[in-house]
Amino acid sequence: MAKLKCAWFDFACCEGCQVELTNYGEPFVQLLEHLEPVEFREVMSEKTTGPIDVAFIEGSFTREADRRRLEEIRARAKVVVAYGSCATSGGINALKNHMDDYAGEVYGADKDRPHLNSAKALPVSAAIKVDYEVRGCPMDRDELLRIVQQVVHGTAKVYVPSYPVCVECKRRETVCRYDDGEYCLGPIARAGCGAPCPADGIPCEACRGLAEQPNQEAMVKVLVDNGKLPQQRAENLSRMFTANFRGDA
Amino acid sequence: MSKNVNINVHHLTRVEGHGNIVVNVTDGTVEKCEWQVPEAPRFFEAMVRGRHYSEVARITSRICGICSVGHTLASLKASEKALGIKVSHQTDRLRRILKHAENYDSHVLHVYFLIAPDLLGAPSVFPLVPTHGDVVKRALRMKRLGHEWGACLGGRTTHPTRPVVGGFASLPGGARTVREAEAHLRELKDKLLAVVPDAVETYKLLCELAGNIPAFERPTEFVGLVDELEYGLYDGAIGCLLPDGSLEMVDVQDYRTVTNEYVTDQSTAKFAKHKLDSYMVGALARLNINHARLHPEARKLADGLGFKPICCNPYMNSVAQFIEAVHCVYMAVEYIDELLTVGLKDEKPVAPSSYGRGAGAADVPRGILFHEYAYDSDGMCEMGNCIIPTNQNHANIQCDFDKMVQEMLAQDLTEKQMELRLEMLVRGYDPCISCSTHYLDVTFRK
Repeated sequence: MAKLKCAWFDFACCEGCQVELTNYGEPFVQLLEHLEPVEFREVMSEKTTGPIDVAFIEGSFTREADRRRLEEIRARAKVVVAYGSCATSGGINALKNHMDDYAGEVYGADKDRPHLNSAKALPVSAAIKVDYEVRGCPMDRDELLRIVQQVVHGTAKVYVPSYPVCVECKRRETVCRYDDGEYCLGPIARAGCGAPCPADGIPCEACRGLAEQPNQEAMVKVLVDNGKLPQQRAENLSRMFTANFRGDA
Repeated sequence: MSKNVNINVHHLTRVEGHGNIVVNVTDGTVEKCEWQVPEAPRFFEAMVRGRHYSEVARITSRICGICSVGHTLASLKASEKALGIKVSHQTDRLRRILKHAENYDSHVLHVYFLIAPDLLGAPSVFPLVPTHGDVVKRALRMKRLGHEWGACLGGRTTHPTRPVVGGFASLPGGARTVREAEAHLRELKDKLLAVVPDAVETYKLLCELAGNIPAFERPTEFVGLVDELEYGLYDGAIGCLLPDGSLEMVDVQDYRTVTNEYVTDQSTAKFAKHKLDSYMVGALARLNINHARLHPEARKLADGLGFKPICCNPYMNSVAQFIEAVHCVYMAVEYIDELLTVGLKDEKPVAPSSYGRGAGAADVPRGILFHEYAYDSDGMCEMGNCIIPTNQNHANIQCDFDKMVQEMLAQDLTEKQMELRLEMLVRGYDPCISCSTHYLDVTFRK
């Protein structure tokens, strides 16, 4: 079987999900028996303008100027995989979406220069059709691998859970943060990560987005009543990674 | 001499983020010679406003996926300063081990995946798989160690989970007991010592390739942390080393007197200057400043590679990175030994004692990084400022360009040779452009 021609592209992001690709270790060489990287600006000088089998896109769509570049990638690629929170939901970049003074805060008198024109941070799917999504900040590299396997073998769609992170905490026997007098977004956060954050002693901040049919109002009430957060903090908590999924987005 | 040169490198490859190189020479006269940065701005300093102190480091960690550990630590230290928190000795040591993991990890990535292809005459690491399979596998093996090392302390290396304001949210390895955590540290120590043969092979490779490193020198100011305890990476004061060897020390709280960010019409990025026209940060700057504090094992390799401070060849930054990576391995082993001798304790993070303003610094893979925050009495962030290493290097890259283009014209290099030299120079700095938070606009002449 011919190797799949793969290309990686990045938009507004920290490029941390690309770094995750280098963390597979030696087995990465085996992956290269199935994939042929044809463009990957961060690690390759080679470039291509021809058709590609799989385009991996990282980062948010934040500028209208980037729409054409995204459309060109889509036109050349058989399969588009958006990976990481920035690409799949707008991620941390969307934390400024509800603000109107962010440019002035960072750039002062220079804020109106055209280069700094950054609109709302949106997922890649707001500009082009996306075939697969790998959520998470950072993305789960094993999940990406499962999707690659599926594209290589042409099998059925990869199953990714849409239930809340709480399910995964129970499964790994992590004591609920609310039982310890702490707060957490686990009840409305989408699982699939294996719930590493509560196990490591920090709250889930829903970096994979929201679970199916999240009750956001009830979550705020739980954050206030059980998590002892002030009302405003409770209301703003889920902006961190899920600003575009909120009821007020 | 009559010569025309037209170099236009749009979105330079094998660097983190987006940068352009533009050089126009007409009849031997340089009309334009610029290092340009068209990165999409991301507004982190606005995003931290109104967030609780416990969330701030997890937000600013997302500035950069490669140095997210460094951003986390600089952020935590700034917040701790602002909140009147003094962390425990154990936290200090665990963070140092974590910091060293990041510098090792990033340096391996840079030296092997981004720089080695230039020195081996390949466009990327992928064509090296069939021709230099053992080198690629070694690179992946060494990179994997960096990840496992950092993850043992931080939970993961890309946006670490465990380091929090006041200490750590959980023990190394995610252990539920200190005994278990100590076992994780012991296992980590074995892994670290097991990397030595690979480091020796890397050393031999670098010795072979050293002849391919371009000869270019430009005396400049070097800025990096100076730590009483060891080679400055996790903590210390700001050291500013001038080419004459004089070293000025500045308190981290006064970082703005060093960085002096300013706007220039020729660049998108804000520039920084201190005593001279520009200054350099990163592994070469640190090694020039901290050479005497290198671990003896790293010092041996530095001597073997012919490194002598003060080295003013920016291409040597990659060599400095390797020397530093080795230092990090040995220092981490020493810190682990110290922690195991004293015995780990299950400590809760230290709580704030006051609310105000504070700055913190860490010397991350690409150079000294500053974070500063102010908090209100509810612990909510009122203001943030982050000054990233790459931003501090932009002016130095530009000054190198100016000198180098003149020298290359005098040497009568071809346009292709000049382009490669300039690309290699920028790559040598290991710029982390998406990291850079402060950009301005410029319209590029095509």
